[in-house]
Amino acid sequence: MSEDSTQSRRQFLQKTALGGAFAGSFSLPILANADKLELPDNLPHWMRVPGADFSNYGQPSSHEQQIIRWISANPDALGNGVSWTPLHALQGTITPNGLHFERHHNGVPQIDPTQHILLIDGLVDRPLSFDVKSLMRYPMVSRTCFIECGGNSNSGWRSNPIQSQAGYAHGLVSNAEWTGIPLKLLLEEAGIKPSAKWVIAEGADAAALNISIPIEKLLDDALLALYQNGERLRPENGYPMRLVLPGWEGVLNVKWLRQLRLSEQPAMTRDETSQYTDLLADGKARQFSFINEAKSLITTPSLGMMLPDNPGIYQISGLAWSGRGKIARVEISTDGGDSWVDAELQGPILDKAFTRFNLAWKWQGEYAILQSRATDDSGYVQPTREALITNRGKHGFFHYNAIISWEITEEGDINHVYGF
Amino acid sequence: MFMVFRASLLLLLSQACFAVDSHQLLGNDANELSQQSQFNLTITPDGKGLPVGKGSAAQGAKLFYQKCSSCHGPGAIGASAEPLVGEVGSLNSTYPEKTVNSYWPYATSLFDYIRRAMPINAPFSLTPDQVYSLSAYILSQDGIIPIDIELNEESLPKIIMPNRDGFISFYPDKN
Repeated sequence: MSEDSTQSRRQFLQKTALGGAFAGSFSLPILANADKLELPDNLPHWMRVPGADFSNYGQPSSHEQQIIRWISANPDALGNGVSWTPLHALQGTITPNGLHFERHHNGVPQIDPTQHILLIDGLVDRPLSFDVKSLMRYPMVSRTCFIECGGNSNSGWRSNPIQSQAGYAHGLVSNAEWTGIPLKLLLEEAGIKPSAKWVIAEGADAAALNISIPIEKLLDDALLALYQNGERLRPENGYPMRLVLPGWEGVLNVKWLRQLRLSEQPAMTRDETSQYTDLLADGKARQFSFINEAKSLITTPSLGMMLPDNPGIYQISGLAWSGRGKIARVEISTDGGDSWVDAELQGPILDKAFTRFNLAWKWQGEYAILQSRATDDSGYVQPTREALITNRGKHGFFHYNAIISWEITEEGDINHVYGF
Repeated sequence: MFMVFRASLLLLLSQACFAVDSHQLLGNDANELSQQSQFNLTITPDGKGLPVGKGSAAQGAKLFYQKCSSCHGPGAIGASAEPLVGEVGSLNSTYPEKTVNSYWPYATSLFDYIRRAMPINAPFSLTPDQVYSLSAYILSQDGIIPIDIELNEESLPKIIMPNRDGFISFYPDKN
């Protein structure tokens, strides 16, 4: 509708309404005598004036503008760094697209989808390229899963607990519904040679990030994702296409995917040797430790909040996830791990996805240490920090999944601690 | 009887609208594309993918000060970006340092990474000779290669890095 016709329609409606008011004043004497407003003038302002216009793309309330990703980037290369999901300020299990965590090695490429292709080559019968338009015609499936950076929570390796809010220390993990094409369909179209064991994936960013992935995973549950929570991928999450490998560390979920080369051996790229490997105390390092092991985090109450009433009832709530499968159990301790109580798991409990847990807690002003401990359906139990370090040394840097502790002081303040 | 026949005919007709195959194969033949240099960026430990070229540590030192030291520090000891040299043998100590020379298992990964990602403000701006020179400069700082050797596509994959056997593969056993 043109602006002119909108205008004239609006004027027509205004005139009709006025006409109606005149008509009413004759038929209803009570209104004719009214010389003051019927309703009290303490009605909120927003009920007395028309609201804002429609918007083409909705934004959060202006009162929620402090709910942001926390950016931690290299001052000499602003596109190299991370931004953390504010898990402490969110509820439910789905991370809004504008708050999904980011890890970029050299900025967010601004890709024109008409100029982007995916090449599948190497140990295949027929190297094939796919443009975005063609890919949109393939059968798609949706899968809700978390993606967690292998470097999430890495401040936990420090000797002193970092005093950052829950999401800003542990929020390099997010959970979304990804929709895309099962990778298997595209690999089979190219024809997989029996000698192919690995796939070298490469992104179209200014780091041309490349990394080797076992072909077995791509044939299992990997997606070429085109959509995130129902809309096309955001540029910072791989537009126009990315890999999603449920339960496997973030760096393998290559964004801006441009090539999959099938090979016999891994390429031993920078990001699978010098990074994302776990240095042990004896100087050796674990390599290809792809799976994000079970982990949980109390998001509320957590650092930056406080407990106002004593005694008072507080809802302990948080998130648990495992790269091996479903969350089977989350236990809560308020005494630093001496005793544990099962939290209630909020359904549906999905495979390799965030599971929300809840437990009401009566606090009576005592010193407390809140912890959560996740167990997945493989039987794996989230370790204490002490156990993790005993097992993996002090310099692992990646893949930190130990129990996280919040200290509640007698004043109701909350600090991050490593235990009693 | 007729009604039954008509109903089953309708059913047959409606089923015929759906495809027997789940989807149409829309991949384009990419034999030629697969040969192009823009899709052959990855260099493997056997040296496959290395471009023809050569460079020396002396040339690399000059280049390093022009293009790298503002982030990696003078002498590549680290600044806003990671240290690249030194600390060989530190991995099992109280303060291990993961540098290229102390930690990276393959010199081919160094070439691959410099070529695709460095310098960070201008990736793909270096010539093959420049990447060989920078690799030679970094590796020679800890005596992994002699300071006067020329690195090229033949010699670079033959370099044995100090931490060549430092990794334990978790795949597939622990995954």
